[in-house]
Amino acid sequence: MKLLWLLQSKPVTGIRNLHPAYTSLLVKFDALTLRQDELEAILRLYLDRIEDVRLPEPRLLEIPVCYGGHFGPDLDDLSSMHGMTPSQAIELHASAVYVVFFLGFVPGFAYLGGLPKAMATPRLTTPRRSVPVGSVGIAGDQTGVYPFATPGGWRLIGRTPVAMFRPDRKDMSLLSIGCRVRFIPISCERFAALEKT
Amino acid sequence: MSVVEVQAPGLFTTVQDLGREGFGPMGVSPSGAADPISLRLGNRLVANYESAPALEMTLLGGTFRFPEGAIVALTGSEFGADLEGNPLDLWVSIEARPGQTLRIGPTRSGARCYLCVQGGIDVKQFLGSASTHVLTGLGGLNGRPLREGDVLKIASTTGSFRNRTIDPRVIERLSRRSVLRVTTGPQSDWFPESSRRLFYASAYRVAEESSRMGLRLEGSPVSARSGRQMITEGVSLGAIQIPAGGQPIILFVDQQTTGGYPKIANVISADIHRVGQLRPRDEIRFERIELETARSLLREQEELLASERLMQE
Repeated sequence: MKLLWLLQSKPVTGIRNLHPAYTSLLVKFDALTLRQDELEAILRLYLDRIEDVRLPEPRLLEIPVCYGGHFGPDLDDLSSMHGMTPSQAIELHASAVYVVFFLGFVPGFAYLGGLPKAMATPRLTTPRRSVPVGSVGIAGDQTGVYPFATPGGWRLIGRTPVAMFRPDRKDMSLLSIGCRVRFIPISCERFAALEKT
Repeated sequence: MSVVEVQAPGLFTTVQDLGREGFGPMGVSPSGAADPISLRLGNRLVANYESAPALEMTLLGGTFRFPEGAIVALTGSEFGADLEGNPLDLWVSIEARPGQTLRIGPTRSGARCYLCVQGGIDVKQFLGSASTHVLTGLGGLNGRPLREGDVLKIASTTGSFRNRTIDPRVIERLSRRSVLRVTTGPQSDWFPESSRRLFYASAYRVAEESSRMGLRLEGSPVSARSGRQMITEGVSLGAIQIPAGGQPIILFVDQQTTGGYPKIANVISADIHRVGQLRPRDEIRFERIELETARSLLREQEELLASERLMQE
């Protein structure tokens, strides 16, 4: 994450794209502008400076979620797999502060770490063909919100009325790498009211 | 303001340019033309910037009317086209007179044909590019393939008509190959020698479910050694993923930015445009080359595209 921050603040000519993930950063470069050994040497210089990087204070965002019902079709199954009631599962999911490890899959899809271990659940064996936009899901020890209606195999426990990605907004993606996130349980009525705003 | 009227959209026609590179940290796919070389050459034929937005047609072309006329070129694969009944060749610039209609038929060779218009197709840009990403509905014309009745604006132009063609010898050198050249992938050592041999010795068939996101292949299944757990990481254009089941997937222009399957190989940059011309049921093989060779091939290709004999007037 520090390397990403350095490469974004002091861009290298010839680097065309960066794909951060949990423990890696894919650096895509123009092979005619840069040779791989040249790029490696430059990246080593950046890595040498990494200890001096002071990352900006992370933002904490609160995301309202209406849990269960038709917004969270997998909540009941997931709760019973862990010997909890649905309301215990909701309480547990909303109790943690999550960290955005990276954005990937589709625009604005944040991989959130920090899911309570007691809730970790494997993906569905058969992914859904279309997951509704705003769905909040769990896969392994990660949680996340679908910014678009896409196919997906995460277990759905609720839905947010907040737009995760909007091309007409200055910060298109609500979340960025390093953000802290807390989920706030809301009622269906509140969901409907927020959806209109 | 000149326009293009869509009388028939074809099977899957989208607005594409050379894509939006550089937004991986937001999870944004680069998108862009599936055969970027055909797009670049088509734009040059009509005196546009190489990166101007054009229409990318897939397997079946559309019917387009130009009420105010336009200077156009068709590039990529031969789909069989006519302008008011007169057959049209690929790789030449043509003047459509006001009110004329261009009909583009089904493919006779590869998967994609490009219609480039002088001035370029004028749609609202998203992150610096007009390219359509259908999965998320971003870019292009309302983020979707064209429909009958759509009217596309053509950006204004001061250019006049010049009869241009592209040297057929160049087209020949850039054309389809049934062998895609690859370099080793980041997890190629996860695959036992026997699997790797099988991968390079086998012919794979492009499956029907292939799209601009990825080409699914069918053939000899390749399996990684068991017991290794992949951590999701960034994936590059042309990466060949091996999911459970062992049937390879080539990640393509509308790719997701990260993925969790091991990658045995990666199609070289100089062959990416050839991937864009593969149709369902086409058969391909893979040939492994060194990174340095891949780089030389890319340089040769760019030199060819920059050569003076390329464009003839």
